[in-house]
Amino acid sequence: MSEIIAPLNGAAFDGLLRVDALGPQGQITLRGDFAAPAFRDVVTEVAGTAFPEARRVEAAGDRALLWMSPDELMLLLPYEAATTTAADLAQRLSGEHALAVDVSDARAHFRLRGAPLRDVLAKITPADVSPAALPEGELRRTRLAQIAAAVWLTGPQEARLFCFRSVAQYAFDLLSTAAAPGSEVGYFDGR
Amino acid sequence: MLILTCPCCGIAADETELSPGGEAHLTRHGPGSGDTDFEDYLFNRENARGVHFERWRHAHGCGKWFLAARDTVTMQVFGTYPAQTTEPPQEIRDRITKARPGWRWRDFGAAE
Repeated sequence: MSEIIAPLNGAAFDGLLRVDALGPQGQITLRGDFAAPAFRDVVTEVAGTAFPEARRVEAAGDRALLWMSPDELMLLLPYEAATTTAADLAQRLSGEHALAVDVSDARAHFRLRGAPLRDVLAKITPADVSPAALPEGELRRTRLAQIAAAVWLTGPQEARLFCFRSVAQYAFDLLSTAAAPGSEVGYFDGR
Repeated sequence: MLILTCPCCGIAADETELSPGGEAHLTRHGPGSGDTDFEDYLFNRENARGVHFERWRHAHGCGKWFLAARDTVTMQVFGTYPAQTTEPPQEIRDRITKARPGWRWRDFGAAE
C-alpha cells in the first residue's frame, strides 16, 4: 500500500500560538435522523462516546463525535481504523435512512496551543469567540478569512481546527500570520 | 453588518458566513400554470424598502436554509424561522407589527 501523507506533513509554527499540522486523521461522515433510536445506538456504540448535543463534541480516548449540523455528525478516530469502521457502520445502519462514509483524506487538521488563542482566532473569523459564545467542548463551523473551517476548543488554551485539504496551506499560512510574534491584541486576557 | 441567528443550529452567524437566497415565500408555478402566474413566479420580486422576508443559507456552518424577516433600511432583524414554513409565523408578524405598525409585504400585513 502507498505511504499515507498528511496534508502539510507535520508543518509547525511557533509564535503567539504553537500551530501544528496534525498527522493522518481518520474521519467518518455520518448522516441520519438524530431522533431515531437505532441511529443513535449504533453511532454511540461505535464511537464509544455519548451522543453530542447541538454544536457539541463528545470525546473519549482517541475517538470523538462532532455535531456538524442537525443531521450530520463527524466521527474522528485513528486513521487505520477508519475504513473498516465506516464499512461496519454502513452495514449496521443498512436498514436506516442513514449514511456513513470514510472521508479521512478530505480534511486537514491543526492543533493550536497558547494563551492568546481567542485573540488570534478573532483576527481571522467573524465568529464570536468569547468564552460565553464559544465554550470549551463546542464546535464552531465558520469562516477563516476566505475559507470554511471549524474550530473545536479542547481546552482553555488549546483548540483543534480543521478545513478542507485543498486549502490546508492557506489555513496554515493564515494562522501563522495571525499568530506572528509582535501582533498581540490582549483583548481576551483574563476573560 | 447583518447578524442572523440560524434556527437550525442556533449560531448567531455573520452575514459573510451566509449565502443569500433571494425572496422568501414564493409560490412555485410550474408546468400547466398560466402565463401570468408563471411570470410572477419567475420574474416579479418585491424590492422592499422596509420590512422584507428573505431566504438565507448557513453556508459556512450547518449548511441549512432558513428564512429571515428584517428591515432593509434599518437592518433591524425581526426574527429567523425554519424554511419549512409557507408563511411568516404569527410570532414574527406580531413583532413586526409592534415595530412597524401598518406594515405590508405582498399578501401579509398588519391589518390582517
